[in-house]
Amino acid sequence: MAAPPRPESVELLEKLVAALSARGILTEEEIAERQAITDRASPETGARMVAKAWTDPAYRALLLSDGTAAAEAMGVTMAGAPPLGVLEDTPTRHHLVVCTLCSCYPRAVLGYPPHWYKSAAYRARAVRDPRGVLAEWGTHLPDSVEIRVVDSTADYRWMVLPMRPAGTEGWSEERLASIVTRDALVGVALPRVP
Amino acid sequence: MPDDAPAHTPATHDLGGASRFRCTPIDPDDSPPDDFGKRVDAVRQLLAQKKLMTVDELRRGIEAIPAEEYHALGYYERWLRSIASLMLEKGVIAPEELR
Repeated sequence: MAAPPRPESVELLEKLVAALSARGILTEEEIAERQAITDRASPETGARMVAKAWTDPAYRALLLSDGTAAAEAMGVTMAGAPPLGVLEDTPTRHHLVVCTLCSCYPRAVLGYPPHWYKSAAYRARAVRDPRGVLAEWGTHLPDSVEIRVVDSTADYRWMVLPMRPAGTEGWSEERLASIVTRDALVGVALPRVP
Repeated sequence: MPDDAPAHTPATHDLGGASRFRCTPIDPDDSPPDDFGKRVDAVRQLLAQKKLMTVDELRRGIEAIPAEEYHALGYYERWLRSIASLMLEKGVIAPEELR
């Protein structure tokens, strides 16, 4: 589990906020508003994008050529966010996203990065032993499937377009989106038909 | 430097492939940030919006944290350290305000 912040850190944060407020740089209302906006972003957005790409070839083409435009087409505000790239899984190639230097993550379409994505172990091992990392999520790919690990940066964010699983023929977009988890969008898991 | 020393030692934050964590299982914790983390994140976004800092400056501040502290501090504690240093460095606030 992520450890709670140390008391001196909590104190430093409150002193910093007080100093910035005293200088008229920010207010508690602005902080609360920013937090509410950030809390609204969630992997459901990325899941809707994938489900649409599975059913609409024109949207799939847009998603793969310009992820930012594809997100905006779903009503996401991407102004100020780094460009979004989308990695297409195929029967012979699987993608896994990491940020080895820190924690860059497509927050506009996936929300806050989970604790494990930011952990030293994930950052260190994703590029060295991706199959071992996937196994910890119960994801086992045959050796015939190549794994391409993509390193996110402060200037470019990535998400995965997984393959549509068999057994989902005729499903609505909404139902398809329900099986696309955050873990599948990062590439540590695959969408599964329940 | 002895002959068998690696020619290049990656910086603390440059963790891709780091041997130190080779056998460390990944903590499956996928909870969202706690209130402290969300508050630090909101302050960071506001300061960026107000053009008082950039993501690259945040990174520079995080990457300047010495190795042992880097691993001892929580994720948003590292952010906070970087943000506070940047605000001091730019003269936005004064050191005595954080004491």
